[in-house]
Amino acid sequence: MSIADCLAWLRGEASFARGVHPPTRKSLAADQPIEILPPPAMVTVPLQQHAGAAARAICPPRSRVEVGSLIGQEDESAAVSARVHASLAGRVQPLVGVTLPNGRHSLAVPIAGDEVHSRTNAAEPQGIDWFARLYGGSWHVEDQQRYFPRDIRAAVQQAGIVGLGGAGFPTHLKLLPQATRPAHTLLLNGCECEPYLTADQRLMVEAPAAVVTGLLLAQKAIGCERAVIAVEENKPEAIAALRGAVEQLDDQGRTTVRVCQTKYPMGGERQLIPAVFGLEVPTGGYPLDVGIVVLNVATAAAIASAVLRGHKLTHRVVSISGEGIREPKNLLAPIGTALSELIAACGGLADDACRVIAGGPMMGFAVTDLSVPLTKGTGGITVLTRRQLAASEQTACIRCGRCLDVCPLGLAPTRIAHAVRHGQLELADQYDMMACCDCGCCAYVCPAQIPLVQYIRQGKAQRLRRTD
Amino acid sequence: MDPSNVESGEHFPTALETAAGPHLLAPGASTRRMMLDVLIGLVPVLAAALWYFRLAAAAQLLVALAVALATEWVICRLRGRASSLSDASVCITALLLACSLPPQLPLAATALGSFVAVALGKMAFGGLGQNLFNPAMVGRAFLMICFPASMTQWTEPLTVHATTQATPLAAARFAGEFIELPRLLVGNVAGCVGETSAILITLGGLWLIVRRAADWRLTAGMLAGVVVVAVVEEVVRGADQSLGWARHVSAGAVLLGAFFIVTDPVTSPLSKSGRWLFGILVGLLTMIIRLLAGYPEGVMFAVLVGNAVTPLLNRWTTPVPVGGHTRRAAGRKPADTGPG
Ligand code: SF4
Ligand code: SF4
Repeated sequence: MSIADCLAWLRGEASFARGVHPPTRKSLAADQPIEILPPPAMVTVPLQQHAGAAARAICPPRSRVEVGSLIGQEDESAAVSARVHASLAGRVQPLVGVTLPNGRHSLAVPIAGDEVHSRTNAAEPQGIDWFARLYGGSWHVEDQQRYFPRDIRAAVQQAGIVGLGGAGFPTHLKLLPQATRPAHTLLLNGCECEPYLTADQRLMVEAPAAVVTGLLLAQKAIGCERAVIAVEENKPEAIAALRGAVEQLDDQGRTTVRVCQTKYPMGGERQLIPAVFGLEVPTGGYPLDVGIVVLNVATAAAIASAVLRGHKLTHRVVSISGEGIREPKNLLAPIGTALSELIAACGGLADDACRVIAGGPMMGFAVTDLSVPLTKGTGGITVLTRRQLAASEQTACIRCGRCLDVCPLGLAPTRIAHAVRHGQLELADQYDMMACCDCGCCAYVCPAQIPLVQYIRQGKAQRLRRTD
Repeated sequence: MDPSNVESGEHFPTALETAAGPHLLAPGASTRRMMLDVLIGLVPVLAAALWYFRLAAAAQLLVALAVALATEWVICRLRGRASSLSDASVCITALLLACSLPPQLPLAATALGSFVAVALGKMAFGGLGQNLFNPAMVGRAFLMICFPASMTQWTEPLTVHATTQATPLAAARFAGEFIELPRLLVGNVAGCVGETSAILITLGGLWLIVRRAADWRLTAGMLAGVVVVAVVEEVVRGADQSLGWARHVSAGAVLLGAFFIVTDPVTSPLSKSGRWLFGILVGLLTMIIRLLAGYPEGVMFAVLVGNAVTPLLNRWTTPVPVGGHTRRAAGRKPADTGPG
């Protein structure tokens, strides 16, 4: 246990073993209230924004769509798939292929927005206040009593909600109770442990009631007794806001807010579940194996807005931050907006910006083509300058063991990387390569600057190709 | 409309680059930085060496350094690789070797030892990170075998004209004379170039630990191993017949070994538990050699034996993943979910 871990233990914060403490740099955007991005002239909505099979385009070119119109029907033949909706009022264009922020490829539905004058109106010259519509105003706890679990699931499915934390697993499938593995607790993940990102944090501060309402709905759908909202200690405003919202429930402590140590990767479910409950998710298994369902706080807010207000998942809060951005902001933007539009809305790139990352700096993907569209799972854009990237030279592995010391899953990264490099996938398997969650702690501390995560990812990809 | 028009070029004058994550790097995470920290930690040790053994120490250090650098450079050239001198690890090997030699050792022997340390101890295995044994200890063992007489000739410190003297351990072992602790702490005793001053070695060693260039578990493990056996000896033989734990720790190469030699990352185990076992093993072996074998000092052989069992320790202490080993029969692909 490091000194930081001991202090966290003394303060009574939930924590897990190992992990790292990169500078959090949340202050760049943490106090910027969520702004609404004016509707762009065009969006490109990918049909594959989720785990599983891509959605099927159903609108012929030139057909008119409104915000929330279904444009991608889920693939019924697949067990896992999700719907996709128009995020802009306008006309559908012919399908195009796009690169997603995570480097994968997908078909996408471009929508050319209506003329500017018809996109705004006198009452709302800046466009529609989507934040008020989706998450704002008051939420009535009693409202959720009227819904049956299957109505909640249906509404979530129809709204095309998928995990907004990045994994993109369709949420309606998570809300399905499993007879063989009943869930006892819903864990709402508000850790947002990646440096720089502040989208979830702002949402918790500005719309705690929406988050808590979504939590109650999800809990009802799953049929579990207890719920815990986990937030890292460096977001006191969010903790206070959520505590306030939970107090109003008056539910005899069945819902609690748990403060976690600020440590990367606290927001990984395999770290968060041991930290909060002391339970280990079996390697190769799922949180449900220990009776827990994990949802992101932004997903919960989307559930509330879908079930009680009928909104589809067409917008998301995204933080645009980093030293390489002129005015870091948190934006509520339509899904499918090009990253370039988001960056332009934040004053553009600073002169010394040199890396644009979809996501946070630990697990995000560097993009060079800024026409990449915002997807449901993209919680932030981080722009770094040369100074933050300052790298040292790569040497041979000096077997210092630091990668083992920090791997939150207790793996031996240097061993796995070495095995993959020499094509020994069996050996890599013996070192539990497939358990790696790509968190990047190992490469973050490696003095030899070995691209450990790249090797391990490569090994996992080869391994999956072989088993398929 | 062509979606690629969405990117409006004029906002983005900067050249963007691509790279795999993580995009941040822990401050000070560099092999060179780590090695430089070891060199900084060696400064007090070298200062003590130069103070007590004057020119003799300077000559040993310089010869070892020059030969080691030349050897590594030539071998890199011969193998057609870029020179690896810039990571500074070869300097550490050379200085540690010189620190573990008697001050009056003929310089030709020093040169040979330094060559063997780098050529056989390090480069023959493939260079940095590949060697099984601590290169400095390989060089020293070679000299011990080739020049057993010169390697056990000791001189009194602070004298220009060397007079032969026994080391504290040899005196205790063969003559039953016990040197008092304060002299061991300041280092005004006969011994290898850089091993005599307990206080200054500890000072440099603490720097390594604070800077995390060395893992404290290795140091603590070795010291614990030494202390335990020393206490047992004291109980068995009686306090007046034994050196006692404090003098066992401060005499000879134990402190230099605990702070600078067992902490070599390359030749010590990967996991924390492995490092504990390794440190304790080296400590115990050191004392067993000191008390039971023919040599008065045992650090070098203990380290080499420890290095030899390191692969085994690594195998025994392979960490178990959180959630247990992958269930192979389950036929499910492990979930690939990251932090949210
Ligand atoms: S942290 Fe880097 S240098 Fe150290 S053991 Fe792991 S891979 Fe090797
Ligand atoms: S091996 Fe995988 S899980 Fe472990 S630190 Fe590296 S990226 Fe994270």
